[in-house]
Amino acid sequence: MAATTTTVPGTGPVAGSRSWLSGLREGDEIVRLITFLFAAFVVFLTVLLVFELWQGSVLPRHKFGFNFLRTSVWDPVNEQFGALPFIYGTVVTAAVALLIAVPLGLGAAIFLAELAPVRLSDNLEFFIDLLAAVPSVIYGLLGIFIVIPLMRQYIQPALKSTLGFLPFFQGPAYGLGFLTAGVVLAIMLLPYIISVSREVLLSVPRDQREAALALGATRWEATWKVVVPFARSGILGSIFLALARALGETMAVTMVIGNTPVISASLFSPGDSIASVIASQFKEATGDLYLQSLIELGLVLFLLTFILNGLARLLILATSERGGGMAHL
Amino acid sequence: MSLGLGWRKFVSGFMLTMTGICAVVAVSALFLILGYLVFHGGASVNWNFFTKLPVPVGETGGGMANAIVGSGKLLLLATLIGVPIGFLGAIYLAEFSGTTTAFIVRYAADLLNGVPSIVIGIFAYSLVVLPFKHFSTLAGGCALGVMMIPITLRSTEEFLRSVPNALREGAMALGASKWKAIATVIVPCAYRGILTAILLAFARVAGETAPLLFTALGNSFWSPGWNQPTASLPVVIYNYAISPYEDWHRQAWAAGLVLLSLILVINIVARGVLARGTPLSRS
Repeated sequence: MAATTTTVPGTGPVAGSRSWLSGLREGDEIVRLITFLFAAFVVFLTVLLVFELWQGSVLPRHKFGFNFLRTSVWDPVNEQFGALPFIYGTVVTAAVALLIAVPLGLGAAIFLAELAPVRLSDNLEFFIDLLAAVPSVIYGLLGIFIVIPLMRQYIQPALKSTLGFLPFFQGPAYGLGFLTAGVVLAIMLLPYIISVSREVLLSVPRDQREAALALGATRWEATWKVVVPFARSGILGSIFLALARALGETMAVTMVIGNTPVISASLFSPGDSIASVIASQFKEATGDLYLQSLIELGLVLFLLTFILNGLARLLILATSERGGGMAHL
Repeated sequence: MSLGLGWRKFVSGFMLTMTGICAVVAVSALFLILGYLVFHGGASVNWNFFTKLPVPVGETGGGMANAIVGSGKLLLLATLIGVPIGFLGAIYLAEFSGTTTAFIVRYAADLLNGVPSIVIGIFAYSLVVLPFKHFSTLAGGCALGVMMIPITLRSTEEFLRSVPNALREGAMALGASKWKAIATVIVPCAYRGILTAILLAFARVAGETAPLLFTALGNSFWSPGWNQPTASLPVVIYNYAISPYEDWHRQAWAAGLVLLSLILVINIVARGVLARGTPLSRS
């Protein structure tokens, strides 16, 4: 067989002289076939995953149709299943998390990419990578024993007394709920936003900065009005990536959100998210309809993250192509 | 703009300081987490923790030996599933495939990589738990293995691609067949990177809890063989943390400390030692 990616003018005759038969004799074709089977298995697995989710949620899809996504009654005893409270909880916690994590993460990324000397930046990035490796159940643990008491005793009362006129900050301060879940999620998302944004910012060509500075811009103006807009779509990509993580995050949210299917404007209220309802009820689900409704929730979650991940990758790719030659993401 | 230069310089300095503070806050989160775990869990990590079975609520002492062994078995199984598939698939992608096939496989791997871990749990449940009719180590290992495949595949491929083409051509010019060139030249060249990739994938699934909740389930005793529910460190942390017992909370902190230390050590070894000088990809 002909060399695939390695063909260079000059090696042509050598590569060409390898017939399929000699390739077979030398074992190339066999190795090719074996490795191909493994690669194909990955595709098969992915297709199988989608198939299983689709097949596993036949009953509720037929019984409820789109009402599954529109109704808010989750009553396993009477076999009424509406996913709205969970979708609401997922969206609200993710929104709170992004509101906190995006400014903080972007700020840190700007510092690492624009200001810090290369060695300091690389060392800090090392710690950020370690932070990204902390498993979510550990965040949940800290959420239960550190963040919840803090929320109950200090932060929620403070928010209530200052911003209590807003509907978001009313009701009793239990400590657990949407706000707490959002805060814990925000800490988890930080490293992802920082890593990717830093990478995107570093891929902005030097000329852009130098031109801005030469025109008399201060360092901040060069960064905020030239570099950041240049990297805009990549940064947006990093946010989408983080959002996809936030939607799918299970353990940390399950441990602090309160696990009650409630739709409430107040962020102090306990709630539930798609991932956490699957985590807390799947084991105990009795009856096919109940179990399959949970699987359908899994399908919804899969589709959401699928779309967001795709968008994120397109956006990051767009920036890196404009900047030229960034590490593959 | 009519703003004075002094004001603009002040804004610049102020905003840049703020970004510095953001960076400090982000990095200090890591040390806060570590600090809290050592503070709360340090005292409970002792010899018993590693060698004893859990005891019923109310009795003192006891450990998590079964969860540690359970986690080890689950991770062994996951590695046996995830690494060969990911590694050989990556060899196909980097050395053999045409662009269309490569695109499809890569797309599938990225898709799989982005699937929330709880959905992987559902997948393993319907694939292994339902046919066998009970929760098992096997099901948990499969779930973790499926998560390991795309991570190993994508980063291994990256490292194989970073091997200069001249080496491939050199090997073939000396008369080596393609697979010999791969086995004796290309893979040895990239082995540090590949090992890093595998270690990072391992560390990533070591802390996964969600896919184990309804596959490996949990167990207060030893779990012989591969066909019974098994305890694992992450699930034990979860169960103990949400329980109302003070003593279990203490144990959860200790287990958290052990788990995080393991993961951080693997990460530091992989990133700081092995990966030095190689282009480390983030996936």
